[in-house]
Amino acid sequence: MPDHPTNTAPLEGPVHGSPRPETLTEGGEHIIRIESEADIVNARQMGRTLGAEVGFRPGELALIATAISELARNIVLYAGRGEIALLQIAEGSRRGLMIAARDQGPGIQDLTQAMRDGFSTSGGLGLGLPGVKRLMDEFGITSAPGRGTTVTGKKWKR
Amino acid sequence: MEVPILKQGPYLIASVQSALADAEMVQLRDALVDKVGRFRSRGVIVDVTVLDVVDSFATRTLRDLAHMIRLRGAETVIVGIQPEVAFAMVQLGLTLEGVGTALDLEEGLAFLDLKTQQVE
Repeated sequence: MPDHPTNTAPLEGPVHGSPRPETLTEGGEHIIRIESEADIVNARQMGRTLGAEVGFRPGELALIATAISELARNIVLYAGRGEIALLQIAEGSRRGLMIAARDQGPGIQDLTQAMRDGFSTSGGLGLGLPGVKRLMDEFGITSAPGRGTTVTGKKWKR
Repeated sequence: MEVPILKQGPYLIASVQSALADAEMVQLRDALVDKVGRFRSRGVIVDVTVLDVVDSFATRTLRDLAHMIRLRGAETVIVGIQPEVAFAMVQLGLTLEGVGTALDLEEGLAFLDLKTQQVE
C-alpha cells in the first residue's frame, strides 16, 4: 500500500460532505444496478463515498474503486446485467466495506481456471478475478453454470 | 464530459478532467487519432493525473490509443499516473507495455522532444 502523497489529484466523484448518489438500500446494503458500461462509474463512485464514510484513506479508496470497476465490468461483459451491493461492515473494533457483485448470467464453468492469472474469455478485458482478490482482504466466489455468479470481497480499514 | 485537446507547437495535449466512462475513453482515442493528422502533430500527451481508477478497459484503450497514434507516425506519452493507481494496476496485472509514460506534463514534453528528435 503506497502512502498517499499530499499533492494528489482531485478524486473522482463526491467524497466528504457531499450527498450520496441515489441508490436502493436493502438491509443497509446499497445496491447499484449494473445494466451497461455507463453504470460502472456510478458503482465505483458509490464505493468511494461509502468507503470514505468508513474512514479509508484516499489510496485505499482508489483500490476499492478499482476493484468495484472490474467486478461491475465483469457483470456487463459476461452476464449483461446484475448488481453491485455495498455494505459498511464492522467486526469488533475494525470497520470495513463489503462488495458483492451478483448476476444471474451464464455462470463460470471452471472456477479454478477463472482464478488463475491471465485467464480471460473476452480477449483480455475484464474478469481479472485474481487481481481483484489481491486488491481485497477477503474474497469469495460462488457460481453455478446457467444460474449466475456472486463475487464477494471485503476490505478492512487499517 | 469531453476531454479538451490543446495544440502546443508540434504536440497535442489531452488533459483528462474527470472520471471517464468507457465511451468517453474511446471518444478520446478516436479524437486524438484524427487530430494528430489534422494538425500534423509529432507527439501526443495524455494527462491522466485526475484519474484514480485505471481499470482493464482504460488500460487497454490507452494502449490502443498509443499504438494507433504510432501507426499515424507520432509518439504518445501517458503522464500523471498516481502512485495508488500504479499500485492497483500492478495488482490487477495491467501493463502499458510499449507505451511511453512520464511523471508529469513537464517530463512528458521532455520525453516527446527526445523521441521526435530521433525521428527527424
